[in-house]
Amino acid sequence: MITVAGPTAQSELDPLSETSKEQLLEIAMGPQHPSTHGVFRMNVVLDGEHVVRLKPVFGYLHRNHEKIAESETYLGSMPYTDRLDYMCPITNNWAYALAVEKLAGIQVPERAEYLRVIVGELTRLQNHACLIGFLMQDMGASGTPLMYAFREREKILDLFESLTGARMMCNYMRFGGCRADLPAGWLDRAKIVVAGFPGFLDEYEQLLVGNEILMDRTQEVGVLSRQLAVSAGISGPMARASGVDYDIRKVDHYSIYDRFAFRVPLGSHGDVYDRFMVRLLEMRESVGILEQAMRDIPAGPIVDPKTKIRGFRPKPGEAYGRIESPKGELGFYLISDGSPNPYRYRVRPPSLINLTVLEDLCVGRNVADVVAILGSIDIVLGEVDR
Amino acid sequence: MNLEAIESEIEANVPGCRLVLIANPSPSGQHSLLLDAGHAMAVAIYLRDAASLRFDFCSNVTGIDWPAKELSEKVKVKKLVDGVEQEVEEVRKTTTPGSLEVVYHLFSIEKKLGPLVLRMSTGDRDANVHLPSLTPVWRSAELQEREIFDLFGVVFDGHPDLRRLLMWDEFQDHPMRRDYVDPDDYEYEPTAHDEVLRRANQHLSEGGGR
Repeated sequence: MITVAGPTAQSELDPLSETSKEQLLEIAMGPQHPSTHGVFRMNVVLDGEHVVRLKPVFGYLHRNHEKIAESETYLGSMPYTDRLDYMCPITNNWAYALAVEKLAGIQVPERAEYLRVIVGELTRLQNHACLIGFLMQDMGASGTPLMYAFREREKILDLFESLTGARMMCNYMRFGGCRADLPAGWLDRAKIVVAGFPGFLDEYEQLLVGNEILMDRTQEVGVLSRQLAVSAGISGPMARASGVDYDIRKVDHYSIYDRFAFRVPLGSHGDVYDRFMVRLLEMRESVGILEQAMRDIPAGPIVDPKTKIRGFRPKPGEAYGRIESPKGELGFYLISDGSPNPYRYRVRPPSLINLTVLEDLCVGRNVADVVAILGSIDIVLGEVDR
Repeated sequence: MNLEAIESEIEANVPGCRLVLIANPSPSGQHSLLLDAGHAMAVAIYLRDAASLRFDFCSNVTGIDWPAKELSEKVKVKKLVDGVEQEVEEVRKTTTPGSLEVVYHLFSIEKKLGPLVLRMSTGDRDANVHLPSLTPVWRSAELQEREIFDLFGVVFDGHPDLRRLLMWDEFQDHPMRRDYVDPDDYEYEPTAHDEVLRRANQHLSEGGGR
């Protein structure tokens, strides 16, 4: 009946003989550890250098986002979604707006869809660039790749700042559209940033892809099989690195993604190196989408004029809306009882669900590999713990 | 493939299973199927393995708390008041028992289908909080069911590692329930120091401090 190896139960964890137990060392990695990407803790049991068992411990950043959102109006939660995955606030806004639009049956004007795609893909560019930088930093490439990524991210955050007023907590989407139209000259500046991005990617690839140390540290490390990836609900670049051909932009055709020509990069080994390469290739595709979107963007309204901002009460019912966020499938599940607050508000956090397989990937590897594997999963604790 | 077809296909292939189609009035049109707990596992395995469906990707698992509802309606009753028959308004109260519900959103990666929404309900939530775990079928439910156990208090039978996920292990209540009240001493956590203090006090009371 069970085809995929299940997680180890607490009771099954001690079949080790008394003598070998004496040699095991249990260490707590995190919550204050430079490579855990925030306040994330792993209880790791080591036999020498090898990981015997690994239990992630969550909740250090838990503030019950869902409960807070249920006592808030629909629009009132919009700025709070920025704080989930704080590296990509705009895609969080987008997923939430999409779910509410499904719940209330709101149409989005064409120009707003283009704006969403442009800021969404810019978010993906800066997230992937930084994630690769963090991964290299974790593996000991102190500074250089990360600083290169931050140099590019800075340009994108400057664009966000002039468009939304905030570099990170953008609060840009509204139900049925976007909050602000492009300021004068924004599109030209964005075109310059996007046109310069392939140059950065060339430089990045030259620096990293053929690097012998990088290949040694990442190839055949943390191999995730396709079968386990599907069963464990792994989504986003991590699933595609294991060969799962599933990109929600292609599957759901949400927004206007069916108008753009882009390919979905797939890995074949499912190791850390493939996860790194899939993200690198995805950035090239995002640059292509951005070029098409910025070429085709029409004039028009940016928000559906029929949408009520004040006194917004969707009819009773429920909706699940999801998008392909840079981390994976970001979904929002909302239940309305006809009141101004959602009765139930649920975030489907890709970071948390991608961590399901952390122990499977790490057992049998060295401690240093745990850092590389965790870095390649791409987590943000604001979203894991909510 | 519409939901009625899926429903009848499941009922034809899983013996004894009864599904209820729950309509969703929202424009999203995402209707759902209510499973009975006894056949949930068989239905889940069928949905995952049936060649025509292949719902291999369990995306989202979440809980919902429906507390007991008290409906009061005004009823006009004829009564004798001071020997004269009069119509008097009375308030009649009826209570519907509360329940805890668990919702699964399934997709098919192979067939590009979905979302298929499955629900399970505990019935009266004061009497029963047990539901079968679907983690053996879809591994992705592992952390999400732990989260529901933590925040809603649904006990998943058959879950391989059912512990609290986000709250600390000593925490007692379930914060996502609608009737949850913040404790007064929210910051209080038993520490090793409490045990030391207890032993010190015991030691002193036994005259050990002289």
